[in-house]
Amino acid sequence: MAEIAIKVEELYKQYKLGMVNTGTISHDLNRWWHKLRGKEDPYQLVTVTNDRTQKASNEYVWALNNISFDVKAGEVLGIIGKNGAGKSTLLKVLSKVTGPTKGNIKVKGRIASLLEVGTGFHPELSGRENIFLNGAILGMTKREIASKLDEIISFSGVDKYIDTPVKRYSSGMYVRLAFAVAAHLEPEILIIDEVLAVGDAEFQKKCLGKMKDVAQQGRTVLFVSHNIVAVQQLCTKGLFLKNGCLEYHGDIEKTLPHYFDFENVSAKKDVYDLSEKVRSNGVAKVIKKAWLENLDNELIASTAMGDGFKICFEFAADFEMENMLFGFGIENLQGMRITALNNSIASNTVVKQIKSGIAVCEFTSPNLSAGEYFITLAMVSEPNQWIDHIEHAFTIKVEPKDIYKTGKVGGNGQGLVFLKGDVYIR
Amino acid sequence: MEITDTDKNWTEVITPKKGVFEINFKEIWQYRDLVMLFVRRDFVSTYKQTILGPIWFFIQPLFTSLIFIIIFTRIARLSTDGLPPLLFYLAGITIWNYFSECLSKTSNVFVANANIFGKVYFPRLSNPLAIIISNLIKFGIQLLLLLVILCYYIYNQQINFTLRPEIALLPYLILLMALLGLGMGIIFSSLTTKYRDLTFLLQFGIQLLMYATPVIYPLSSATGKLKTILSLNPLTPIVESFRRIILGQEILDYTSIIYCSIFTFLTLFVGIVVFNQVEKSFMDTV
Repeated sequence: MAEIAIKVEELYKQYKLGMVNTGTISHDLNRWWHKLRGKEDPYQLVTVTNDRTQKASNEYVWALNNISFDVKAGEVLGIIGKNGAGKSTLLKVLSKVTGPTKGNIKVKGRIASLLEVGTGFHPELSGRENIFLNGAILGMTKREIASKLDEIISFSGVDKYIDTPVKRYSSGMYVRLAFAVAAHLEPEILIIDEVLAVGDAEFQKKCLGKMKDVAQQGRTVLFVSHNIVAVQQLCTKGLFLKNGCLEYHGDIEKTLPHYFDFENVSAKKDVYDLSEKVRSNGVAKVIKKAWLENLDNELIASTAMGDGFKICFEFAADFEMENMLFGFGIENLQGMRITALNNSIASNTVVKQIKSGIAVCEFTSPNLSAGEYFITLAMVSEPNQWIDHIEHAFTIKVEPKDIYKTGKVGGNGQGLVFLKGDVYIR
Repeated sequence: MEITDTDKNWTEVITPKKGVFEINFKEIWQYRDLVMLFVRRDFVSTYKQTILGPIWFFIQPLFTSLIFIIIFTRIARLSTDGLPPLLFYLAGITIWNYFSECLSKTSNVFVANANIFGKVYFPRLSNPLAIIISNLIKFGIQLLLLLVILCYYIYNQQINFTLRPEIALLPYLILLMALLGLGMGIIFSSLTTKYRDLTFLLQFGIQLLMYATPVIYPLSSATGKLKTILSLNPLTPIVESFRRIILGQEILDYTSIIYCSIFTFLTLFVGIVVFNQVEKSFMDTV
């Protein structure tokens, strides 16, 4: 039986766009006038979705729009979404920095939030003094901090400078000290926002390790990051936000694909229309359609482990493209590149001049393990002019197959690729 | 996996609006270490990298008093109620400074701490409280200076000083001053989060208020209507009584102290209620 540590119920958060100025006071008065007559707030009526790229039609915007979810005690929840999806707003509301507009959150246990490292550090104070100050701001008592002081200092690795004002610190040292304090918090619920984006590689590893420890101690952790590898390593559950709305909440493995691609998550036997898909690069939307074929040029929905396949895309430009490279990438659903191929690598050729056609990438004996994979398509005019580039254009599915002829179908835990081979005792 | 939702056991429920009187004093008590660390921070950081350090605490009131003596006693020939001008001004300035520092610092608390408040939650009231306390320490040090000079005057018999039982009222007067500064300060700070207009008002308002308070002149020098108006100023009885008590003069008017007490506690009450309402959403408007 797992208890619920956090229960979020129909949470809304509204922000006003633009500046606070004389117009605001008239809104305030109007709002007050409505309230006086027992009417609803006139500025909270319209539920416009919060799309950062669209020009606002309304002065008010819903940064969080009807969010409800539960977090069980001991869960490590990764909150992911594009910039402006509402992740930080959600964390702010959870950590009581700002109140919700509607809805409520029920919490069991002490919350400590880490929306920034080194909150409240005073540049004139020494490292040691700042440990106390920062610890107290994060909710520790003086005694708690004193008992952990040595541990904190040695974790930070800035022993030598501990009595120097922190304004003399390098930014790395500053962050190390700040994280060291935060890492020694012992709340039941810990909220962390993007703090791993700092420090050198060694320290990042240390932080990640510390956070894993925290998670393993059975504490509830909410974690926001764009570092998908870190999210995947740490989290058991995932929450995907898009434009202020909750799009998906479930196991982390199932949540991550949403982050990379909004629509195509499961492979279909279909030709994918890519003409209007979001580009990550390029000068024109030249790539029109893409699909998967078997080696007999038949359209297929999925392939099987070891079976050859072809990735094809149709392109058409209204100008002559010169010295063209056609690139194909395969990534797993966490966005990690497994392999990539283009005509220059495969056959040391470039296409001198072309306007339209179908590009084909043929893998005669692929080694992909069973699972779903993203396909990335690219067209580059040599030396380095991007014509078109669609990351995660569509997904393909590789079915399990009895590769080793033993009657055992490859399952989970076999990684991303399989290699023909044998295991025996000599 | 079964989920148990024992509804009554929530440690905390975060809701959009707070009740008007829902003030979590227990929480502030839990964060007392933080308050004291803020005090320490304010205190230590103020005079870091100065050579004279805390001596500046003495220099400022001393020099102000000297200037006042030159202008108001020598040139303007204002009365000091028969008290030595240095002591008269120093006592007035010491208590006035405490009030004005408390007021101006707390009135700025949301704006000045927006970066911390925006990142982490702790009872917001702990910040104004820390300001009151750290200024109290500063006030204590300045009071020490005043006492030293007072002793010198007594020793040389330049002042007619009698130790009276009223001296017991002194801590209460100081508390009143602190609470009034706090109360007014948090009202201003709550109002300035959205509209900054009041900060401008406050900047010169404090200065003007000093002239409406018997700091550089005794209340006795005002007569008639003017005296009534001055008596309405809740700061008047505090400054006036503080100065008279500490300089060993007899106390005058107890009703005015009662009036001032009522005014202070009302202000503080309103202040805490307003502050409490604003602290929840101020991050969106500050």
